[in-house]
Amino acid sequence: MTEDDLRGLIARVKDGNLSRRGFVKRLAAVGFTAPMATQLLAIAGAAPAAAQTLPAYRPTRRGGGGALKVLYWQASTLLNPHFASGTTNQDSSRVFYEPLAGWASDGTLVPILAAEIPSRENGGLSGDGRSVTWKMKRGVKWHDGQEFSADDVVFNWEYSRNPQVATVTSGSYRDVNVVKVDDYTVRVEFPQPTPFWADAFVGGTGQMIPRHLFKDFAGPNARDAPTNLRPVGTSAYKFVSFAPGDTLRAELNPNYHMDNRPYFDTLEVKGGGDAVSAARAVLQTGDYDYAWNMQVEDEILKRLEAANRGKINIVEGGGIEFVQLNATDPNREVDGERSHISTQHPAFRDPAVRQAMALLIDRNALEQFIYGRGGPATANFLNNPPRFRSENMRFEFSIQKANEVLDAAGWARGRDGIRAKDGVRLRFVYQTSVNAPRQRTQAVYKQAAQRAGIDLELKSVTASVFFSSDVANPDTYTKLYADMQMYTTTMPQADPERFMNQYVSWEVSSKANNWQGRNIVRWRSEEYDRIFRESQGELDPIKRAALFVRMNDLVVSSNHVIPLVRRPTVSASLNNLRHVLSAWDLTMWYLNDWYRET
Amino acid sequence: MTQYLIRRLLIAIPSLLGISVVLFTILALAPGDPFEELATNPAIPPDVRANLRASLGMDDPIHQRYLNWLFAMLRGEWGYSFVSRVNVDQLILQRLPTTIIVIGAAQLLALCVALPVGVYAATRPYSLFDKIANTLAFVGFSLPTFFTGLLLILLFSITLDWLPFVYRAQIDATGWRWWWEHIRQSIMPVLVLGLFQGAALVRFVRSAVLDVVRLDHVTTARAKGLPESTVTLKHVVRNAMIPVVTLVALQMPIVFGGAIVTEQIFRIPGIGSLLITAILANDTPVIMAVTFVFACLVILFNLIADVLYGWLDPRISYR
Repeated sequence: MTEDDLRGLIARVKDGNLSRRGFVKRLAAVGFTAPMATQLLAIAGAAPAAAQTLPAYRPTRRGGGGALKVLYWQASTLLNPHFASGTTNQDSSRVFYEPLAGWASDGTLVPILAAEIPSRENGGLSGDGRSVTWKMKRGVKWHDGQEFSADDVVFNWEYSRNPQVATVTSGSYRDVNVVKVDDYTVRVEFPQPTPFWADAFVGGTGQMIPRHLFKDFAGPNARDAPTNLRPVGTSAYKFVSFAPGDTLRAELNPNYHMDNRPYFDTLEVKGGGDAVSAARAVLQTGDYDYAWNMQVEDEILKRLEAANRGKINIVEGGGIEFVQLNATDPNREVDGERSHISTQHPAFRDPAVRQAMALLIDRNALEQFIYGRGGPATANFLNNPPRFRSENMRFEFSIQKANEVLDAAGWARGRDGIRAKDGVRLRFVYQTSVNAPRQRTQAVYKQAAQRAGIDLELKSVTASVFFSSDVANPDTYTKLYADMQMYTTTMPQADPERFMNQYVSWEVSSKANNWQGRNIVRWRSEEYDRIFRESQGELDPIKRAALFVRMNDLVVSSNHVIPLVRRPTVSASLNNLRHVLSAWDLTMWYLNDWYRET
Repeated sequence: MTQYLIRRLLIAIPSLLGISVVLFTILALAPGDPFEELATNPAIPPDVRANLRASLGMDDPIHQRYLNWLFAMLRGEWGYSFVSRVNVDQLILQRLPTTIIVIGAAQLLALCVALPVGVYAATRPYSLFDKIANTLAFVGFSLPTFFTGLLLILLFSITLDWLPFVYRAQIDATGWRWWWEHIRQSIMPVLVLGLFQGAALVRFVRSAVLDVVRLDHVTTARAKGLPESTVTLKHVVRNAMIPVVTLVALQMPIVFGGAIVTEQIFRIPGIGSLLITAILANDTPVIMAVTFVFACLVILFNLIADVLYGWLDPRISYR
């Protein structure tokens, strides 16, 4: 099916000549999955986005649900979203503060304080991609009874971008301009055409704090604001008490702006402890309703689930565990810097070696024996949201094929069984952080490589050193002073622009940028750079998705990047709790719709 | 006596200063900063992080930061947490009641178990009771708290489902229910901590009492025809208490430290868990304040032990 056919079909749906179900069926016939087909409709503006992305909310009146108890093994320490470094603090702020819109699990926007999601059809998005106009709900009140208005939105922009306040959200606000159109409308203006317009005022960094309580503390005295620890927001739950590093308590907001919500009368978020006992408190004893981020071996989780009180929730996001084959030479020093961009890796510059390396890792075994439900095998680097997932990549595990590829390329086995060619031996240093599943993966890889005449020297570095930005330490992952390495990279937004910039040539990690560049594998491709630049200015969502799919295919088929398993977020909840989770927003992003089935 | 106290307090000042210099230097030289999490987030540009560091004065030279801290401390300002963005004294005060309740109860339990058992065992050495008490004491202090804690959780919370294993500082109930809930959730942590302390104390009390029992004045007291209970309580125990008091006093700060593990297991919001989270988050002002409080406690309890000696044994005088 060509792009034109697709556009024709979408136009027929819009005109009402073709039912949405008929559209999904037709696309399924040519190999598109149902979520992808509905995605296309949503993007093209032919479907009410929120209606299908959220589960139904059944309670018919506000309150009466008793207590909701949530357990975090990392405790939150503050309640101002603009100072919240780390997801725990963003989550606990989100209990009280709301953004204009949030991200649903399938990567579509859901209005929260906004009256509607801006689109080309409703005039919210300008044709040149330089501005977006948000219309806000009327009659929304802060917990203290004051009216929420456009002044509050503009204030959040001023507060966040002020260097004297020193917020962690300033990255989303400092390059945009925000104008108040009327009391319930604001316009966000961008310096250049911006296809990804939903950053400011959206999701975790978009939470609104009230102007009337913060306006006297919007400077160097920001830390003295009493509201920092006693939040007054617009959400479904009002503040009761907070002990930093321990417990957060809230109660039902009787004036909440969504009907019949919330369901629970009180809310308690307890922090601290460890992940395994948090899983026990939900799955085994049922003392708590929900436990966040279950970084626990799948075997243990399965055993706890056998008590039949609770279940494990797996939410697919963009996190991926992958291997990088260094494009540069880690053993030669140029200008006091190893892995310098002017060098080439003596073995990995041969595509045959890279192809063999990709054939030698048994991804299905990783999924089956190491990661379980927390790590489904994948052939793609960019896996989610589904509209960006490539259908073109395949993975294979075959030692025999790897041997054939290497034989054909002239890499002959030496007396010790290790292959070599022109004095270059296939002996690689393979580094990763200290973490049980990673060490097991290293062992699996080493064993298979040995049978193909490749010797892997395994190295593991403490996580606090490996992931640090310490310029003086040679073992950090951004320096990549090894032949190959493995770790997980995460995707913080539903848009892949800030995820796929990991392979553009101007982001190469080097001494010049204190190894803060995002392109750590140091792979460069003119074609990739060109497509990436094109995507930055491409306003048509369908064409843009195709560009990202092409980028994924380029980087994966180079075999410098070998995707292993996806890393979805895993949480535990009681069987009767109905929650709304999303991989692209905070755990608490739609807390107003959580309820208990009786 | 007053003079003695003043002299001791004055001597404490240079040692506290020395401790603070060592602590501050080690923390300043350690790698990592509280905004490390921001470094791996692609949505946050590196200069936002640099600005945050500068706004909290983390880029100043070490000696300047130390002097700033010291003068603030002299004015009674404990510093400002990088991570929670509140004053440190507020954080510590918030956690003090829970810590004192749990650790105080554990220490009381330890004394209530150790004193009678130790004294009774010593007055009947090598009897069956003595042997059993000794064996249990060995078992008790050989098992680390993280192990006994997990064991109790498995038994009482998961298998029997009698006691909760997540400690909640605030309980929405009044009257006897409030007391009941608090006692129920404190049983396991207090048992774990108290029995561990108590086991070591039993051995100590026993040997101290054994030393005194053989002395001449005890024989004299018995020869005078005093009842056995009077001999034990007035002539033996009081004399045997001097080494025990030293041990208990010097153990107090260690108990605060040892409670870190227990607090982590049972999620008790005490000072120990505050220290752990602060260390993991590289929150220097909080680490500084908490460790400094521990240092003060060591010095204070040393002084208390010295004062108690004089009360227990009037022959010891203060000069």
